[in-house]
This record gives sequence, C-alpha cells and structure tokens, in this order.
Amino acid sequence: MEKFEKLSGIAAPLPLINIDTDMIIPKQFLKTIKRSGLGVNLFDEMRYDDAGNEIPDFVLNKPQYRDAQILVAGDNFGCGSSREHAPWAIKDFGIRCVIAPSYADIFYNNCFKNGILPIALPQEQVDVLMKEAEKGANARIEVDLEAQTVSTSEGQVFSFEVDAFKKHCLLEGLDDIGLTLEKAAAIESFEAQAAQARPWV
Amino acid sequence: MSPKTLYDKIWDAHVAHEAEDGTCLLYIDRHLVHEVTSPQAFEGLRMAGRKVHAPDKTIAVPDHNVPTTLDRANAATMTEDSRIQVEALDKNARDFGIHYYPVSDVRQGIVHIVGPEQGWTLPGMTVVCGDSHTATHGAFGALAHGIGTSEVEHVLATQTLIQRKGKNMKVEITGKLRPGVTAKDITLSVIGATGTAGGTGYVIEYCGEAIRDLSMEGRMTVCNMAIEGGARAGLIAPDEKTYEYVKGRPHAPKGAQWEAALNWWKTLYSDDDAHWDKVVTLKGEDIAPVVTWGTSPEDVLPITATVPAPEDFSGGKVDAARRSLEYMGLKPGQKLSDIEIDTVFIGSCTNGRIEDLRAAAAILKGKKIAVKRAMVVPGSGLVRAQAEEEGLADIFIEAGFEWRLAGCSMCLAMNPDQLSPGERCAATSNRNFEGRQGRGGRTHLMSPAMAAAAAVTGHLTDVREMM
Ligand code: SF4
Repeated sequence: MEKFEKLSGIAAPLPLINIDTDMIIPKQFLKTIKRSGLGVNLFDEMRYDDAGNEIPDFVLNKPQYRDAQILVAGDNFGCGSSREHAPWAIKDFGIRCVIAPSYADIFYNNCFKNGILPIALPQEQVDVLMKEAEKGANARIEVDLEAQTVSTSEGQVFSFEVDAFKKHCLLEGLDDIGLTLEKAAAIESFEAQAAQARPWV
Repeated sequence: MSPKTLYDKIWDAHVAHEAEDGTCLLYIDRHLVHEVTSPQAFEGLRMAGRKVHAPDKTIAVPDHNVPTTLDRANAATMTEDSRIQVEALDKNARDFGIHYYPVSDVRQGIVHIVGPEQGWTLPGMTVVCGDSHTATHGAFGALAHGIGTSEVEHVLATQTLIQRKGKNMKVEITGKLRPGVTAKDITLSVIGATGTAGGTGYVIEYCGEAIRDLSMEGRMTVCNMAIEGGARAGLIAPDEKTYEYVKGRPHAPKGAQWEAALNWWKTLYSDDDAHWDKVVTLKGEDIAPVVTWGTSPEDVLPITATVPAPEDFSGGKVDAARRSLEYMGLKPGQKLSDIEIDTVFIGSCTNGRIEDLRAAAAILKGKKIAVKRAMVVPGSGLVRAQAEEEGLADIFIEAGFEWRLAGCSMCLAMNPDQLSPGERCAATSNRNFEGRQGRGGRTHLMSPAMAAAAAVTGHLTDVREMM
C-alpha cells in the first residue's frame, strides 16, 4: 500500500451532506474486475450530462480543482454500500485525503486500506476549511498525519483524531494481510479451541 | 461476571487475538461472496500466492449482476463486463474450492437470502460479506456486517478481520403493531427517528414485544436496514422462532450437534443490567405504514402525510431536502398519497422472501395493475418455487406483474432492470439514493403490501384502505 505522511494540496469543496457511494461511483462502473481506472467516473452523475459531456459547474470540472488532492465535504460522507470502488475512484482521481464532520463506517475503513486519509473534524472547523477550499488554487491545505494536524494557508491549525494502528499502517504503507499472517499461530490455536467449543460451526 | 450484551457475548467468543491498543483479530465463521466485490480480492490472493484459509466456511453465489429474465441461460442476455464478472466467480469458486451456487442451480439467489435458507447462517456466528446488507443475518442473533474488497481478501487469506469493538445501541419497539404495519415500516421508522448516521459506530440490538412478534422473515427485514441507519450490524436475540426456522436446513447442525448448539444459543441474550451506550424506544402502536419522499432512507413519513418543505429542516439538511425534492419532482405540501407511480418493484434482500410475496399477493388477488410496469423478483430460486406452489405466482401474473428469476435486479439496477430518467418507482428495496435504480430514476421505499397497493391504484396508497 502507498504510504501517507504529509500532503499539501488544493482542496475541492463539496458542501453536501450524506454523499453516498452511489454518488461517488455509480454501479455501472462496478463491473470491472480491476482496482484501477475508476477516476474518470468519480462522481459520474454529477460530473457529466446524459451525453457524457462535462457539466462545467461541477467542482471537479472547474480548472482550479482539476488537480485537487483533498476533498472537503458534509456530514456522513460515504454512506451506502460497501463498494471499495468508492475509495478506488477517489484515489485514482488523485485525491488522497477527505475532510468531513463524519463518515459511514465501512467507507471510513476502506479508505485506510487504500492509502487515503479520511479526517473527521467538528462542523465549525470543516466550515472554515470549506471556505478555504472555495478559494481554489490560491489556498493550499496542509495535512500532516504524523502530527495529526490540518493547516490552512492562513496559518490556522486543527488537530484530528486517528486510530493509532490505522495511523501506523498508513504511515508505513503496511499490508494488513501480511501483518495478520504473522499471527497465524494465534489464529490456529483459536481454531482448535473453537472446534472444541462449537464443533457444529 | 460483569453483565454483557448479546453483541459483547458474540464478540468475546470470536476474538482470536487482541493487541495492546485494543485492535482485535475477529474470527469469521461464515464468509459470503458475490461476483461484484470479490474479483479484485481473488486476484490479490493469486498475486501473492495465497490460498483461501477456510474454503469450507466460504460460500459464493452470483446475484448482483445476473439477468432475471427467463431466458438468462442464454449468454447474450448479459453484457460482456457482467459476464466476465460471473465467469470470474465461477472460476474462483472452482480454483479455490469454495461452496458455490451457480446461476443454473435452483438454490441460487440473493446472497443474504441464500445464507439463511441453506442453514449457513446460525445464531452466535460471525458472518461477513462484501456487501453492506450483510446485517440481514443479524436476525438470527449472528454478528453480521458488510466489508470492503480489501477486507474480503483479508478474510479469504486469514479467516479473520482486523476490528475494534463498536458501541452497544438498543432499539426497542414496545407493544403491538397496528394492522397494515409491517417489519419494513418498523425499520424505516427507526431510520426516520435516528437519521442515517444515528447508528454510526454502533451495533444495534432490536428488541421489544413488536420485534419478538415478528417472523424470521420480518426480523431479517428489520436487521437488513440497520446499515441505512449507519450501524454496521443489527442483531435480534435468538428464540424458539429462530431455532424452528434453522432446524432441518441443509447446513444446520443435526443430532447431538444440534443439542450442543441449542445449549449455547440459549445463552445468547443481553443480560438485564447490561450497559447500553445509546437507547432508542419507539411504540409499536405509533408506527404507521410509511413511504420515503426523498433521496435518503431517513426521508420517511407516514403515507397520510404531505411532502415537507426544505425550511422544515435545519443545518445541512435544508439544502439536501431542496435537492431531494427537485430530483424527486415533488412540491412541498403535496399529499404523499397523490403521488403517481410508473413502476412497481417487489424484491431485494430486504423484501424478497416468501412472506413478502404472500403479503403483496394478498392485496393483489383478483386485481389488475394500474401502472406501466410491475415486477416481482423472488429472492432465491427456492422462494420462487415455493411461491409457484402456493399459487402466488399466478396471482402476480394475472394482476399484470412480470414473474422473474432470482437476483438483486432493480434494487441496484446493475443488470438490465433499470428505471429511465424521471420514471417513478414504488420499491420494496432499501435505498432511494439518486440514480440508485437507474440514472434519473425516482424511488419511493415501502413495504411489499404498500407496493402492491400502489400497483393497483397507480399512486402511493394507504394499504389500510384496501384491507
Ligand atoms: S438485493 Fe440490493 S441491497 Fe440486497 S444484496 Fe442485492 S443489491 Fe445489495
């Protein structure tokens, strides 16, 4: 997995609540058997009209946000299905960090498996960052995972919480499966004990 | 011993390893797999030269993509990319030696209907699937939740999941339901009360007299939509109804094993003085038949209500409601029961079981549909066969419904069953998101009986007027 340490980039504002995974990547793009190539269809229904032309008003179609690396959004981001295609599409577009007041569980978890950092901050702080993001290329937001901070171009600094284990994996770019297989002995002894206790399983 | 919730008990019985910081390896008893969220996981295994750790605990079935028309054996009914996904699942099931129900098997169906039907889902188990509606299996008192594709790969390789324990939330539905009110109305009303993020970070246990009174089918409907309330899992403690449903199923324990299992299952309930981090109580008598008006499952109101105005809300919801109303083509103050419907969809893992088809057929008997199209998509081949045996299929067909083969179908419209822009649908599924049932399609969620009533009148209808 790709490491995440620090990021300084343009943030795209998307001030909607309950942005669901169908909005992030509609189901017609779930028919792939690969993880890559979904970036062009990120937010497809908001981004393109029926003929497939870009809708100029949509934030990621505006010239100043085409290279956005951060997304600032409303409450309950990523609700809906478990599709990991959502973080895959976000990452493939080039976004490495999402900032919102809250996230749906499965989406939140899926981000960490793909080198994306989802940051939850109180609404007032997200409001400040949303305003920052609206300035476009004139304002870069800086994210530091080690220090657990987000800074604006005007020097405001907000701290965020992140699970220590998830942080460690993201900083080091560690592969979960490899880590778990190191505990194979614990899994085997659990299996032996469970086979005794619940042989019908 | 300190008092525990049902969730605590199942959790404790499945921790294979706990790190100092509280990160656990949770052992997984059943892993269900379907064609859309698994190809990348199997590819990952192959690339790393890994095997499936416990093929015997892994069950695969194609459902999301498959056509539901009667001619689906013909490969030409599938688009190329759908066919590639189903063929990939065929191959992966064969190569890795996991249990498999191909499209040609009568037991094929929606993964969350097949699991319980075949007795794979049992009380006290941990169940995962790369699909958010895995919560359905919680109706058996199993800890069941959806996972992403990286986690699918992790479970395939290790039979465990890296997890931290969630919080405990109790949702109690007291008293009795009124006539015409169903499990779907309960689960939608709970989401209406708590919001779609109300359960985030929690595992919900549903309890109370109204829940106890539900059949296993109804309990599955309630737990199915725990995820729409933000909770990863919903649970209902097992009881006689649970054991009755499970007994004799192909993969349920038998003989002495059954007795041993039953002994353990009977310990699976929340202790009286267990700690709850959050409690929500609704009165069964207060729940009405409901429909959704917007594009979030929390946009739910009794069928007797009117369409709300954006100003009725606060915060970010004002803009969200405005956007919803525009998308849905609705005006504040309009009576919900005046909303005309083009299409009716009865099916999905929320409401595609035999009891759901019975409830819809009871309303439709001897009547004709007044909508452009209506379809019933049974949740599994076995549900379909049973409905034919009970004469339900004839009722649907005579009323003007299409009688389909099993699959997810228009619940997420990945196969050709889709709404066209502006088309308005009364659906028994679980999500009314923008574009969920097809680009520009407008979805109103409701119970099977309410959907049947809308089919007959051509507009959203209070089913109680037809009973
Ligand atoms: S029926 Fe709908 S919700 Fe259920 S598994 Fe299929 S797509 Fe998901």
